[in-house]
Amino acid sequence: MQTEYFQKNNKTIIDKFFALDFILIFLVLILGAISLFAMYSTEKGNFNYYTQSHLYRFFIFFLIFILFSFVKIQVWFKLSYIFYFIVILLLIGVDFFGITSSGSKRWVNLFFINLQPSEIMKVSLIIFLARYYNKIPSAEVNHIKFMIIPIFAIFIPVSFVVNQPDLGTALLIVITGLFVIWLAGISMKYFIFSSIIVTCLMPVVIAFLKPYQKLRILTFLNPERDPLGAGYQIIQSKIAVGSGGLTGKGYLKGSQSYLDYLPEKHTDFIFTLFSEEFGFVGSILLLSIYALIIYRITKIGTQSRSNFSKLFCYGFASAFFIFVAVNMMMVLGLLPIVGSPLPIMSYGGSSMLSIMIGLGIVMSCKISANDEIS
Amino acid sequence: MSINSKIFQNKSKIINRRMFILSTIKVVVFFGIISRLFYLQISENIKYRSLSDKNRLREWKIIPQRGILEDYFGTKIAENTQVYQLHMIPEDVPNLNELFFKLSKIINFNEEKKNYLIKRLKKRKPWQPIIISDNLSWSEFSKVNLFLHEVQGIKPVVSVARQYHNDGSNSHIVGYVSDTSAKDLKNSEFLRDINIPGLKTGKNGLEKSLNKQMIGVPGLQRFEVNAYGKRIKELDIVKGIAGKNFRTTLDQEVQKFTLTLLKDKSGAVCVMDIYTGDIVCMVSSPTYDANKFVHGISRDYWSSLINDKFKPLINKPMAGLYPPGSTIKPIVALSALENDVVSTKLVVECRGSVERYGHTYHCWKEKGHGFMNLRNAIKQSCDIYFYETARRLGIDRMSITAKNFGLGKKVLSSFNEEQIGVVPNTKWKLENIGKSWYLGETLISGIGQGYFQSTPLQLCLMISQLANGGYEIKPRIVDDKYALQATIDTWREEFSLRKIDINLTSPNIKKLYRNKENIKFVLDALYGATNEPMGTSYKSRFSKEKYMFAGKTGTSQVRTITEEERRLKLKNIDLPYEKRDHALFTAFAPYKNPRYGISVVIEHGGSGSSGAAPIARKVIKKVLDRHQLRKKYQLDLFQEA
Repeated sequence: MQTEYFQKNNKTIIDKFFALDFILIFLVLILGAISLFAMYSTEKGNFNYYTQSHLYRFFIFFLIFILFSFVKIQVWFKLSYIFYFIVILLLIGVDFFGITSSGSKRWVNLFFINLQPSEIMKVSLIIFLARYYNKIPSAEVNHIKFMIIPIFAIFIPVSFVVNQPDLGTALLIVITGLFVIWLAGISMKYFIFSSIIVTCLMPVVIAFLKPYQKLRILTFLNPERDPLGAGYQIIQSKIAVGSGGLTGKGYLKGSQSYLDYLPEKHTDFIFTLFSEEFGFVGSILLLSIYALIIYRITKIGTQSRSNFSKLFCYGFASAFFIFVAVNMMMVLGLLPIVGSPLPIMSYGGSSMLSIMIGLGIVMSCKISANDEIS
Repeated sequence: MSINSKIFQNKSKIINRRMFILSTIKVVVFFGIISRLFYLQISENIKYRSLSDKNRLREWKIIPQRGILEDYFGTKIAENTQVYQLHMIPEDVPNLNELFFKLSKIINFNEEKKNYLIKRLKKRKPWQPIIISDNLSWSEFSKVNLFLHEVQGIKPVVSVARQYHNDGSNSHIVGYVSDTSAKDLKNSEFLRDINIPGLKTGKNGLEKSLNKQMIGVPGLQRFEVNAYGKRIKELDIVKGIAGKNFRTTLDQEVQKFTLTLLKDKSGAVCVMDIYTGDIVCMVSSPTYDANKFVHGISRDYWSSLINDKFKPLINKPMAGLYPPGSTIKPIVALSALENDVVSTKLVVECRGSVERYGHTYHCWKEKGHGFMNLRNAIKQSCDIYFYETARRLGIDRMSITAKNFGLGKKVLSSFNEEQIGVVPNTKWKLENIGKSWYLGETLISGIGQGYFQSTPLQLCLMISQLANGGYEIKPRIVDDKYALQATIDTWREEFSLRKIDINLTSPNIKKLYRNKENIKFVLDALYGATNEPMGTSYKSRFSKEKYMFAGKTGTSQVRTITEEERRLKLKNIDLPYEKRDHALFTAFAPYKNPRYGISVVIEHGGSGSSGAAPIARKVIKKVLDRHQLRKKYQLDLFQEA
């Protein structure tokens, strides 16, 4: 107790600096560099708008990441509910003042940035649930009264996001939330029951789906049913990846992206472009970087003493994993096109900000790994 | 603290355990992604690479230069010429209506064209060039170039188009090319295979029958295109092979000359080399301007062609069917002699008409010819004599000889429009009309009336095969100067034919007669018809031996003459055009040492001797004048080879 207190109170900036996980920072920087090169390639080798703003964003958000690392974990612990509610407010704001683009209202104008609160929600939900479960003893986790709040904590933002409509992000938020709940120790049987219920409700849900969403699922099941329409994206994406071969077509030589066959190449399909130009070898390399990042985050969680830190790190690592996996499986034709960005690689401020905030908190956990939170 | 701590310890154990499970799942999923990558990029790489290339590469076929058609002496009768076109790239045009307005001031660009263009533009991508005008005059073209800064999005282009010899004398034989239609594609596998947009295809005549060879092999331009089909860069170009050139056997000079003779008449003239079967001249009158079809025919010109009572679009030498009339009499006479049903000494009295099977059959000469023998009957074309000959011969034997000599079957194989005609016999009537043969019909068949139908080209072949001594020839209109061996063979063939004419023994040449004397007799009678007083074409004779020809006139009725008309003695000229007789003439020249056969048909041209023979006379002179030239030209070619 004494030593803990001592440690807690006597960490200087220098101490904190050396406590940083440099490998993680290095991996993020590498990923950032790769993403810039990929963005440069989407613009056919021109240093234009997308590359520029991606560079600025990465630079600013990376600083935020480092800055947030130095914030004490206790502060994050205290701020977690407030953070969550701010994001909820932003989501409500989207509903009222949101910017509509291509049929859905996802962004809110914060004057210096067009923010997509649903992306930030991915992190704030983790921190909210991590704090909530921090105190609850594992014996009581399965008690029904401790389940009400987490369920609402997930349900409320998700209902807003579904309403935007943005089914992909909503699903990712749900999965992220479920990861944390599961990590917190909820009995497996609840998951089994709820998945049975979800399966039973499937036909009802499908009835409520928008036509384009139904089309996406049908297209996923058989992309060739409408090769120039709904199936176009996935077919072209598979062609791009497949034609990359072992070592790829070479940097700036991806014909599929260069000749505009690739859809959404800045955002959701950036991995396709990368994979086309760098091939199997490059893809494995990128995937390894992601795997290492996830590993480092998980490791920080393991080293952390507090359950809050553990839950957050594990939750964030799992969320990070699910973003990467869903995006890659989507562009490789293993999942329907749901529209989820690849962390850091994809163009998009909110997504990157969300990841950087998450990494910042993770790093904060690392710095105060031995701290106990009460 | 300790309890609390324990609970916490317990909790973090659960968390860590669950994370371990989760991490295992993550590893599995990542391996799933890796195996998917492996599947796509390594196992299926070839498939996706080819799909990517299919995306990326687009081939544009380049229309090859169409083969040229020449006449016998190398005059180009169908060639390719530069045309001035205007192309428009829709995406470069700031204001379409303004552009169209400006264009209407510069070139001939009317409302109809504008609407057509707007309709077509809707179906096209904005970067695809569209042809606004494909045949501008030089002055229009230079005007557009002058105002080019005013008409943004317009591109003046010099292109290649078909051009035909402008006198139109070959229009029917050469035919014309025009845009490939859906129907053309449906009918021709070749066109479907070649599949080039903008390709002009032969619609009729030689342009159609030689289409395949004349088109050539298209070249290829390979481009990299983007997702919207826009060409990014040219990667590769493969030169095509120009279409094959062809030389016809026609003599453009004779064609032109003949056409002027047929001015304001509706008819056909054919001239054939009686040994080689080379068609020296084949003209259909009136003609049309094939050039007007190349760039899409105007409605006015089309309706003027369609409504013309002289039917300029019909290829009369091959597709026009006429009763042969008296021109068939040499064949009837030959048939009767060959079958020994009459002798040359048979005498029949002609009183102008004869009563047979309850009907009266008339001779063209109302007063009658008096006592006629066979030679005189041919010479003066006595119908009564031939009624009797036909009666003795019978229709079936007559039809065999007529068919042998080229009637009732196609002469050239390469023309779709060519008609077969009719050589009637008892079987034919039963099959085609469903009735049995009446004996009276044999009589009128003997003078080439009744069911008989023949084309001028068939008549030309008939007289040619008589004139060469009764040997079968295979007429042709295309000679392949460019294939050396063919030329040499042609000459061998000709020389051997000439030899055979003297020698008369060769297994290759089919004899059409039984007794050579019969042929000689008929040819001699034809000599009389032209060169002796009382002969039907005596007035058209040449006294110079060089030009001296022998021929048979024919006047074929297009209607039955009623008794009343006979009483009124209506002259042909008094009848409405459609009811006037066709004038026919078949001949060969020169009489001594013959070389060419000719047939002339003038629709509703009156009698053969006055309507057709004078034209034949002029054509014969022209052809014979050019004979030495023709022979020399071919010899020169032969020696070059």
